[in-house]
Amino acid sequence: MAAQVQTAEEAKGVRGRGKSALLTTALVFPAGLWYMALLVAPLVIVTIFSFGNRAKNGGWDPAFTLDNYSRLLLQPERLEPFITSLWMAVAGTIGCLLVGLPLAYFIATRARKHKGLFILLLVIPFWTSFLIRTYSWLIVLGKENLGGFIGTLVGDPDFRILGTPVAVLVGLVYGYLPLMVFPLYVTLERMDRTLVEASKDLGAARWATFRQITLPIALPGLITGSILVFIPMMGEYVIPQILGYGRTFLAGNALVDAFIQTRNWPFGSAMAVLLIIVMLITITFYVWFVNRGRQGREVSVL
Amino acid sequence: MTAPAVSVTGPTTARRGTKAGVDRWGGVVEFWLRAHTAVVYAFLYLPIVIVVLFSFNANRLATIWTGFSLEWYGVALGDQVVQSALLNSFSVALPNAILATLFGTMAALGLQRVGRKLRAVFDGLTYISIIVPEIVIALSTLVLFASSFSYLNDALGTKIQLGIPTIIAAHMLFNISIVLLLVRARLSGMDRTLVEASYDLYATPWRTFRQITFPQLLPAIVAGFLLAFTFSFDDYVITSFVSGPGSSTLPIFIFGQVKRGVSPETNAVATMMLLFTLAMLAVGQFALTRNARRSGGGSGGGMAGMIAEQSG
Repeated sequence: MAAQVQTAEEAKGVRGRGKSALLTTALVFPAGLWYMALLVAPLVIVTIFSFGNRAKNGGWDPAFTLDNYSRLLLQPERLEPFITSLWMAVAGTIGCLLVGLPLAYFIATRARKHKGLFILLLVIPFWTSFLIRTYSWLIVLGKENLGGFIGTLVGDPDFRILGTPVAVLVGLVYGYLPLMVFPLYVTLERMDRTLVEASKDLGAARWATFRQITLPIALPGLITGSILVFIPMMGEYVIPQILGYGRTFLAGNALVDAFIQTRNWPFGSAMAVLLIIVMLITITFYVWFVNRGRQGREVSVL
Repeated sequence: MTAPAVSVTGPTTARRGTKAGVDRWGGVVEFWLRAHTAVVYAFLYLPIVIVVLFSFNANRLATIWTGFSLEWYGVALGDQVVQSALLNSFSVALPNAILATLFGTMAALGLQRVGRKLRAVFDGLTYISIIVPEIVIALSTLVLFASSFSYLNDALGTKIQLGIPTIIAAHMLFNISIVLLLVRARLSGMDRTLVEASYDLYATPWRTFRQITFPQLLPAIVAGFLLAFTFSFDDYVITSFVSGPGSSTLPIFIFGQVKRGVSPETNAVATMMLLFTLAMLAVGQFALTRNARRSGGGSGGGMAGMIAEQSG
């Protein structure tokens, strides 16, 4: 992002200023309007509502109270969906990492001429409908297929995967894996392979080379990938609904429950604000970590 | 690039010598890497293949295979609910993609000309729109729409309600950000000397834009349009909360079916959706690789390369 600031500055000098201010405003206005009306305004409203009371027939009554937050933070059963979400997101991120790192490493170092093809093969499922990819696991894990098969293996006819946190976890890893692999691949691909050669020439074992050379180099991609998968997993709604039968109750499900079913907008708003705060903390940690480690190297959030 | 050159020189021969002794796990690691990659790709494609396969199932039950049939495609295409959902999906995705591409590109161009502060504000909002979980955006947009519509309807006696326009507006937020990011990335990588040369040759700003800037931005604009269209076409979460009576799209239809139990008809609709979005990706891939080859710059990886780079 910083690099293009410079070119923009140069470009500005070329033209006179007269009517160009008007043009600039016209160019930026529609997008700015959308950001104000459909991003800033909804988030501001939700923040205001979170301090209000529930109206008699649902919705919101103006007030200033911290009740919603105290109920959310002090009643364990209210906070539980958040804790579950946090665990699932952490487990899902680790899952993506375990599956994605060797894959990204393979594509970056072993695929040679076929790198483009391997990446394309990753983009294709990612490009197709999230909903379809999610419900397809209903068939795969169903009791007629994999679920039942494992059931007979363990000798338990009542064995089920669907409707359990395991099914949700499979869905999470499956749904977000490419977001972990892309940044990992990009950093590993840029890696100077001669370092690995040098390490080996100096007699380092494979594991030592991996731990001391490859992993530190891949770290920025690893952190970016983890953030990219952690954030949507934390707010996931569709996967627990479909593969968890709504039994694995995550923060996203609790939000919908408050806004749509019980129509307690203020309490739902407080949950939304809490979720955004969790995201902000994660991002801040990320920015801090990347800035700490970098020396003039560009690592963008996306 | 330099790795192969190194591997033919002296030290490598020495390493090869030690390989049999110290690095005897080399073969195992290589095998494991390959096997892992193969399994992951199977894992990625297996569920999709199964959906397609079961759409041709002769059986009523979606999960047990009995025989080949095209029956369910006929059922799906003849289903009035599917037809109206299909129409709604296009009525949302197309205007959304056109407007989001237009506004996003305009903003990317405009942001080159504004001060540092305003640009920082825009950058912040762009990232927030992508980072805030979709479900939070969906519900807070619903709250905004519901509150302001009920206020307006009370005050003016109108009957504004949720529907296709609200879905388009809500989808556009995320898509403007995506187009903005893609076009800005392309702008920053653009060869400025051509623009300078054009001005030196007394070309008008409009002509410079049309003949120099726009052709260079085109790949990013095309990619942005296709991404915006596909996102909107496939989106369930935002759509389901800001849609009104009669404005159900295909993903909403599929979700409803899935909740009642997947049927072969669901799989047939899903397969047609998959085919359509893949065709979009193929068009993008073709247009962009051809364009990259002709203009000799930018990402040679086409659509796929651009998506991978953006997240990297």
